[in-house]
Amino acid sequence: MTGSRRRFLDAFARWQEASILVVALLLIAWFENANHDFLLTSASLENLSQFVAPAAIIACGEIMLMIGGEIDLSAGMVFALAPFVMYFAADAGIPLVPALILGILAAGAVGLVNGVVTLILGVPSFVTTLGTLFLVNGLTLTISHGTPVTPPGSPAFAEVMGAWGYSEILWTLLVVVVLHGVLRHTRWGLHTIASGANETGAREAGIHVTRLKIGNFVLVGVLSGFTGCLEAFRIGSIDPQAGGNQIMFLAVAAGVIGGTPLAGGSGTIIGGLIGALVLGVLNDGFTLIGINAFLFNIILGAAILAAMLFNIYITRLARKGGRA
Amino acid sequence: MTEALRAENLTKRFGAVTALDGVSLTLRQGEILGILGDNGAGKSTLMKILTGYETPTNGQLFVDGREVSLHSVDHARSLGIECVYQDLALANSLSVYHNMFLNREILRAGPLRLLDNRAMRRRATECLEGMGVQIPSVDLPVERLSGGQRQAIAVARAVNSDARILLLDEPLAAMGAREAGLIIDLLLRLKREGRLSIAMIMHNYAQTLDIADRIMLMQHGRVTYEKDAGATSVQELMEIVRREYRAVRGG
Repeated sequence: MTGSRRRFLDAFARWQEASILVVALLLIAWFENANHDFLLTSASLENLSQFVAPAAIIACGEIMLMIGGEIDLSAGMVFALAPFVMYFAADAGIPLVPALILGILAAGAVGLVNGVVTLILGVPSFVTTLGTLFLVNGLTLTISHGTPVTPPGSPAFAEVMGAWGYSEILWTLLVVVVLHGVLRHTRWGLHTIASGANETGAREAGIHVTRLKIGNFVLVGVLSGFTGCLEAFRIGSIDPQAGGNQIMFLAVAAGVIGGTPLAGGSGTIIGGLIGALVLGVLNDGFTLIGINAFLFNIILGAAILAAMLFNIYITRLARKGGRA
Repeated sequence: MTEALRAENLTKRFGAVTALDGVSLTLRQGEILGILGDNGAGKSTLMKILTGYETPTNGQLFVDGREVSLHSVDHARSLGIECVYQDLALANSLSVYHNMFLNREILRAGPLRLLDNRAMRRRATECLEGMGVQIPSVDLPVERLSGGQRQAIAVARAVNSDARILLLDEPLAAMGAREAGLIIDLLLRLKREGRLSIAMIMHNYAQTLDIADRIMLMQHGRVTYEKDAGATSVQELMEIVRREYRAVRGG
């Protein structure tokens, strides 16, 4: 392979986040052209940000897990559980902020169970979290008696925690910035990548893989629970049917479209945010130009496959080019 | 010559299987010890005990003459024992410099404990140049390097950590002549510097006699033969192993 072609492929592979950003921008331009109300009105921009935010926050956690070669299918159910724990805590007389923290801690506890069962008892994470998916869903339905309730607290608190149009996306950006920093600039992130790329090797190098991965399971739990609370305040209702598998799969899809393969060993948080943006643009765009909503799933499926093929193909070419 | 590492009567059982059956060895300061033996002879188990990855069922270990009981890889490392495993313990998707500093990253000052990538990149480049290891760039992910280059990175990583005792698990496995030459040069160079004592598991008798000062043959979890490399030959080693085969077939 010639040097220039190799450099081109190198740049392309490194460019992964930028290339999905280009896709997002092209989609935005296209929809904007088809319907001028797509982005330029504040209502639709708000709407878009509210679609992107929950998927992106949970995606950040899933990406950390996926880099380590694991997945959490229960995230969407934890999303529904956390605001109920918060509600019952507040109902029992606990002040609002500690009640919110209790809700998030409960979500983290589910993550801890997922991590311990997977890492210490040796059940594959797909199976562990499939189990806790149903378990947590049943738990939420039981404690809520299947009925929605109204979130506790003052309007001002609700505004900060998601009710104001752009507060969710601001929380999202905060989470993205912090976790991007963790992934790229701390030992935690580096060791997560190493344990996904070569688990035995990472252990032999003295990395505490078990502790690390359990920590990432707790992280997904916490982020899912936090997102559930944000959405509850935004909507003004705590619904036992909220979130669910739809939000979990959207989050995983955002990660994959953004350039994080499920195989482990690599991934990008920023890519996950852009992936969620692409999903949001497709969703809103189709609605606004009046295309059948069923088409959304077809496009989503195709986008996941295309992103995955792109990943595999480019990585393989870049690798082949590298060996002299 | 002083001893760097001594093991006495190491035994390791995994359930009903006895992987090591009373193995003793001495690694002297500054020497290269070649450990030969068939698959399943217990070489890898021995290596894993010496690096603290496994704990022996019975037996004692001495580092610099003091008895120690290694309870983790980190503990062994703190005593200056480093190992390069056959699977290399490299993370393929990470850059050369991140691999060289895996789990001993250089951190920036401050409460955030952020990685100091610039310092790691610089130190990795210096270290590899100092050892005569040539690669295109320390920024490349290691999956882009050849087998010999990867092995060299793994050895360099171990050396770079101020190891005094280096354990190598089949450093020349599945390598062409040119690649093997690269590693052999690196090992001989390290030996000349004299800071390191090296024990290596090997398959190829001729290569072992070329590099090692002493060789040790393991069969069925025991040490059955030990000699200075200069005082033995490929023929003699082959003869011992052949005798074993005949005994097995005859019995």
